[in-house]
Amino acid sequence: MFRNQYDTDVTTWSPAGRLFQVEYAMEAVKQGSAAIGLRSKTHVVLGCVNKANSELSSHQKKIFKVDDHIGVAIAGLTADGRVLSRYMRNECINYSFTYESPLPVGRLVVQLADKAQVCTQRSWKRPYGVGLLVAGLDESGAHLYYNCPSGNYFEYQAFAIGSRSQAAKTYLERRFENFMDSSREDLIKDALMAIRETLQGETLKSSICTVAVVGVGEPFHILDQGTVQQMIDAFDIAGEREAPAPEPDEAEEQGAAEEQGVVAEPGDGADQGGATDEGVAPMDI
Amino acid sequence: MSYMDSKMSQHGLIGSESDSQRTLYPYVTGTSVVALKYKDGILMAADMGGSYGSTLRYKTVERMKPIGKHSLLGASGEISDFQEILRYLDELILYDNMWDDGNSFGPKEVHNYLTRVMYNRRNKFNPLWNSLVLGGVKNGQKYLGMVSMIGVNFEDNHVATGFGNHLARPILRDEWHENLSFEDGVKLLEKCMRVLLYRDRSAVNKLQIAKITEEGVTISPPYSLKTFWGFSAFHNPTVGAEGSW
Repeated sequence: MFRNQYDTDVTTWSPAGRLFQVEYAMEAVKQGSAAIGLRSKTHVVLGCVNKANSELSSHQKKIFKVDDHIGVAIAGLTADGRVLSRYMRNECINYSFTYESPLPVGRLVVQLADKAQVCTQRSWKRPYGVGLLVAGLDESGAHLYYNCPSGNYFEYQAFAIGSRSQAAKTYLERRFENFMDSSREDLIKDALMAIRETLQGETLKSSICTVAVVGVGEPFHILDQGTVQQMIDAFDIAGEREAPAPEPDEAEEQGAAEEQGVVAEPGDGADQGGATDEGVAPMDI
Repeated sequence: MSYMDSKMSQHGLIGSESDSQRTLYPYVTGTSVVALKYKDGILMAADMGGSYGSTLRYKTVERMKPIGKHSLLGASGEISDFQEILRYLDELILYDNMWDDGNSFGPKEVHNYLTRVMYNRRNKFNPLWNSLVLGGVKNGQKYLGMVSMIGVNFEDNHVATGFGNHLARPILRDEWHENLSFEDGVKLLEKCMRVLLYRDRSAVNKLQIAKITEEGVTISPPYSLKTFWGFSAFHNPTVGAEGSW
């Protein structure tokens, strides 16, 4: 995107019918560190990459509990995200107080979207620079929504936002059809794998990621580091490449190394356990 | 005004000086409502009387109304306040329906909303002069609760308002049990209503019984209870007291 004469004000339309300030706000989301979400019929898992600025500092909190049945992961301007989380918590608690019942996620998401829209239509405001992945349960089951700075919201089976989220999205696109019936453990495993995709080769450890779960009979909570590291070790996915999906696109196999040239990878045969080549191809395309 | 009232109104604590905007006493009132849980849902009974003080002025007042898809509200006390409450609930259900998202207010939500409304009005010294009974079924869960005019609320397997608390509850405590059939539930309610008819001076012999189940609400057309007055003490009542009538 290049600077142009219609991008100073959020209340100025461009001749092509665009609001540049809103689009710039969405750019801010793409600059934030990655956050991913996926859901099954009964559970929703949120995950995010936590990169601290320097070794000396702690990392920013990007996943917030909004209520027992709703949680949110943010990407973009964390400060804006915090403010919106406070708004969401307020709405949930007021509803609970009046009706003694949990606020349905779908309604919260609409309220949030309407709040974001206001900022796209006032000359003295600016759009929120944060994308929110809202995970929650209501009467009709488990839901995952994405709220945009533009005031739009969408429901997703699985989604990823932030920097290098495309890699995670590609991973999720391959497997999302199975998510509805996944068990809780498989869902978390897929979340960790998706996070790993955004790390571009760096080793996945629990110190650089955060995972949170909400499900039927399970209030929203952030998994503690120990548990996450255990899962990373158990699923053996720290530095490993992607295991074959149920309907694999690349027919690489890790153990049965005999078949050569199943996928036309140069040089290295599948003898190497398929570790070297497999994960690279999807991202590079 | 009493000393305390005048002090409080000076401090702006008791609302406007003219007092014409606050409910001070009820005028047209309904008497008891009785309700119980049975096998398929809730049964509720209320007569159709609206008393004006000691006069049994109105005899076709519907004191039970369906609320949304899942609830039934019965009220005793000031009828105009009941109508006001129905307007509030109408608006609440309207906005709930406008979301059009597959979620809907069940009896628990409506009950709590009413509790908030009644309690807030009480705090402003301007109560809605009603005792409300809220029953319903949602997703197989039966719910039956009560809210008083000062915001006291609770849930139970059987509830009653006003005189019903004193005359009907003891009967229900003895004879209610889980999974009453519809016929047994109606018989039990009629027994309570008959006692109230005999003993509550503001009761009229024209009642409705409402039932709410997962399928929805049915309010019966008005009917009367059979009563028996043929006690020997009622023949020649003046026999022991010449000159009385």
